[in-house]
Amino acid sequence: MNIFDILGPVMVGPSSSHTAGAVRIGLTAIKLLGEKPTEAQITLSGSFAATGRGHGTDRAIVAGLLGMKPDDMRIPHSFEEAEKSGLRFKIKNGYIPNSHPNTALICLTGEKGATVEAQLCSLGGGRIMINTLDGVEINCTGECPTIIVHNVDVPGHVARVAGMLAQNGINIATMNLCRDKRGGNAVMVIETDQNIEKEKLNYLESVDGVTKVTYIGEN
Amino acid sequence: MAFGSMAEIIEKCEKEKIEFWQAVLLEDISERDTNEEESREKMCSLWHAMLESSESYDPHLKSNSGLVGGQGKKMGDYVEKGDSYCGEFVGHVIRRALEMGESNACMRRIVAAPTAGACGVMPAVLVTLFRERMVDEEKIINALYVSAGIGQVIAARAFIAGAAGGCQAEIGAASAMAAGALAYIKGGHGEEISAAAGMALQNLMGLVCDPVAGLVEVPCVKRNVVGAVNALSCADMAAAGLKSAIPTDEIIDAMREVGEALPPSLKETGKGGAANTPTGRKIREELMGEG
Repeated sequence: MNIFDILGPVMVGPSSSHTAGAVRIGLTAIKLLGEKPTEAQITLSGSFAATGRGHGTDRAIVAGLLGMKPDDMRIPHSFEEAEKSGLRFKIKNGYIPNSHPNTALICLTGEKGATVEAQLCSLGGGRIMINTLDGVEINCTGECPTIIVHNVDVPGHVARVAGMLAQNGINIATMNLCRDKRGGNAVMVIETDQNIEKEKLNYLESVDGVTKVTYIGEN
Repeated sequence: MAFGSMAEIIEKCEKEKIEFWQAVLLEDISERDTNEEESREKMCSLWHAMLESSESYDPHLKSNSGLVGGQGKKMGDYVEKGDSYCGEFVGHVIRRALEMGESNACMRRIVAAPTAGACGVMPAVLVTLFRERMVDEEKIINALYVSAGIGQVIAARAFIAGAAGGCQAEIGAASAMAAGALAYIKGGHGEEISAAAGMALQNLMGLVCDPVAGLVEVPCVKRNVVGAVNALSCADMAAAGLKSAIPTDEIIDAMREVGEALPPSLKETGKGGAANTPTGRKIREELMGEG
């Protein structure tokens, strides 16, 4: 932990895991969606569900979905803000197996028709983790620039992505590859040291065999 | 790499003939690959956020549950009458600790230090020093570095979350951080800073996390007071030349051991301690509609 994990974040209370972390979960979910959300289904589990209302977890997640940062004073009024901005949402408590005590499953629909389903959790101190994206386990923090590529599991995709990054002077910090079965659907989760322009990623999206590219830029 | 022990920081200070806060600053510059200006600017804006948060307390607010609100004001009025046991200075430290705890519960903007639940401890002492004892801002910023270094060591060797180690890991950690900061401001060096922090943590060893109805309100708001006042007494003891017979790093390790030994009912589950009293359970039922 660096010293600004010890002192800080500046946030709206009452809880860094159940409020500030929840806002960051909402913010990360809309980054994964890639456009303005119009509909949200949120399932809270574990401790999030148990103390959620008292800690404003529900209002905090909606605030994040509206783009508010963890210290935004409008967070307690996010439900009213959502109505003004046209975001329809439903929140319920549920059981999410094998998950961290502070977990939310968020299904979003965007204004241009994009959809995403992500399971995220709040680790404490305002830090969060993306556990699954569209059903695939990715387990990344989303804190540094992250490229997530969904592709068909055939030779060449990793080289293509790595080559494109190298050409643009982007240094790879971590790379995680997983697939559901040999020759099935694969996911690449690449955390980089530098931001990459969205346009450079459009090339990736057009490659044969790549089904989806998600990018989380530096906040 | 962040410091893993108080001994390491003190050793570095002795070897390089630098102050505790400088050692922490240098480590931050290396860890985040930045420079002194950026680091101090960041720390300064954190301090301003703390100050603003402390001074924008709204005595008319009540938390959603209604359990807290207006208590800081009540305390302030009592202290102003001039007849309290603690006197004006400590009285205002208590008042500020209560106010910040209440602001947190009322979803106002606060600075987690190290957590939101313990956000009242550091500003209670630092803002009071800044406003009542005219300590200058540069010293306050240096003191924040001291406290952050202490917090880093506690986080590395033990924990800083109630759910992991009980309230000794949150209010206890905040109190140790504040004690170290106060020891520095009084003119202390590594030994005094470490002594103050160690005594503060030792005094709160075993403190449980027992939030009534699971909310960061009862007993959390008032625990910020004990964190702040404990820091003052330990900083004074350190300045007087006192220290624990147990080295601070060993106290931190003991806190971890105790935290691991605490049952889940006393670690932020709302199932033990104050949360499990007849009144605590009644409050939970009324607020959450469950037993």
